[in-house]
Amino acid sequence: MFDICELFEPETLLEAKRILRHDPSLKVIAGGTDVLIRLQHGDLAGSGLLSLKNIAELEAIRLLRDGTLEIGAMAPFTKIFRSELLQKKVPVLCEAAVSMGGPQVRNVATIGGNICNGAVSADSASTLFALDALLRLETLEDERIIPMGEFYAGPGKVNLRPGELLVSILIPREGYEGTGGHYIKYAMRKAMDIATLGVAVVCRVRENRFEDLRIALGVAAPVPIRCFEAEAHAKGREITLETIQELAAMAVKPSRARTSWRASKDYREHLIEVLAQRALAEAVKRAGGCRAH
Amino acid sequence: MLTRNSAGVAVMKKLALTVNGRPYAFDIDIRESLLDVLRDRLQFTGVKQGCSVGECGACTVLIDGVPVNSCIYLAAWAHGKSITTIEGIAQEGQLSPVQEAFVEEGAIQCGFCTPGLVLSTTAMVESGRTYTHDEVRRELSGHLCRCTGYQKIVEAAERALREAEAEP
Repeated sequence: MFDICELFEPETLLEAKRILRHDPSLKVIAGGTDVLIRLQHGDLAGSGLLSLKNIAELEAIRLLRDGTLEIGAMAPFTKIFRSELLQKKVPVLCEAAVSMGGPQVRNVATIGGNICNGAVSADSASTLFALDALLRLETLEDERIIPMGEFYAGPGKVNLRPGELLVSILIPREGYEGTGGHYIKYAMRKAMDIATLGVAVVCRVRENRFEDLRIALGVAAPVPIRCFEAEAHAKGREITLETIQELAAMAVKPSRARTSWRASKDYREHLIEVLAQRALAEAVKRAGGCRAH
Repeated sequence: MLTRNSAGVAVMKKLALTVNGRPYAFDIDIRESLLDVLRDRLQFTGVKQGCSVGECGACTVLIDGVPVNSCIYLAAWAHGKSITTIEGIAQEGQLSPVQEAFVEEGAIQCGFCTPGLVLSTTAMVESGRTYTHDEVRRELSGHLCRCTGYQKIVEAAERALREAEAEP
C-alpha cells in the first residue's frame, strides 16, 4: 500500500487549482510512474495527493491559430508519439517520447510529469528545450508563461510556485517550422532505462549553411542545458564535416558532467562530443541539408 | 469497517469497475494499488507481483485495452474503467489465438512473465496496426523474462500478429 493520507481527484482544472490553493502542500500526481515509485520506496510518506488524472482538458494536443503547438501537461508519452500532428510538425519530440521508459510506462507517464519532477535525464526536457518550448503555469489567480530554461532550478528542483500547476507546453512556430531534428538517448539498455546522456539537436538549413541551430543536453549538468556558444558559432556557417566536429567539440564546453555510478565525467564528456556529432549530422539531413562529408 | 491511515483519517473510496466483462462495485482504501485490489480483493492472481516499481511488467493488465503496470496505478484511478487480466483472455475454456501462439512457439518456461506478455501481445493484435520486427520488440520491452531469452516470445507475438492479419 502507498503511504498517503488523502487523495483528491478533481475533474476540472479550476477545481484542481482551488484545491491546491487551499492546501499547497499537496503532492501533485500525474501519471504516477514517478510519484508512486517514490512512495513505494518510502519517500513522500504521509503525503496527500492531488491527482490530475481525471482532468480531460489537460490531455489535449492542438495547433493554435498562430501556429503554436500546445501540448496538455497530462498528455501521456504514447499519445505524443502517436499524435499525427506532432509526428508531422515535431517528429524529434515523438522520437524522444518513444525513447522514454517502456510501453506500459509510456501509456500512463505524462509529459508534464516528466518536466515537473525535475529529472535532468527527462527525455522530453532536452528536446523541448531545443525546440524553444515555453511552459504555461497557472495558479488560481495568475498565469505565467516561461521558457524551459527558467524552469529548472537544480537536480529534481523546478520553479513551481506554491499553488501553481503546469497546464501545458507551448512550442511557438519559430521553434519548429522548417527545422530538422534528432534526439539521441544513450543508455545501457534500449528500454526501461534512464539516459546516461541525452542530446537533442534542432536546426534550420539554407543553401548548406546553418540558419539556426539549437543543441540541448540532458544529464550533462545538474539541469538540462543549451549549448549557446556552439549555437551562435553555427549561424551562417557552411555545413561541412569540419564544422560539425567543431560544433560538437564546443558543445562539451557548457557541460558540467559528473561521475555517477552510471558513467564517469570523462566518459560523459566523450559521449557529448560523439553524440552531438551524430545528432548534428542527422538533424542536418532531416532539415534538408546535404549530408556533411 | 472503516480503514484509517496513520493520521487517523478515513481513506475509503467507492470503486466501480469492470473486470473481464463483469461489473464490480465495492469500497477500497485509497492507498491500494490496482494490483492489490485485483489480487487480494478479487483473487485475480494471474496478475503477478514482481518488482512493485513498474520495471518488470509482470503485473501488466489492460485498462480499456491499453497495457499498464498495475503496481504503479492507484486502484482509485480504475473507477469506471474496464480491466482485462489474463483470466479474461481464454473464452469458455478455449485458449485465445495469442495464447495458442505462445504455446506453439514454446514461448513459456516458468510462466511468471507470461500473463503480462500475453496481454501486451493481445493489445497489439487488437490495435489492428501492423508492426515491424523492431516495433514488436519495442512493444514487448516493458516485460522482463529471466528464462527464455525473449527470442521465442517475440516469435510467438509475431505469429499471433501474422495470424490475426490473415483472419481478421
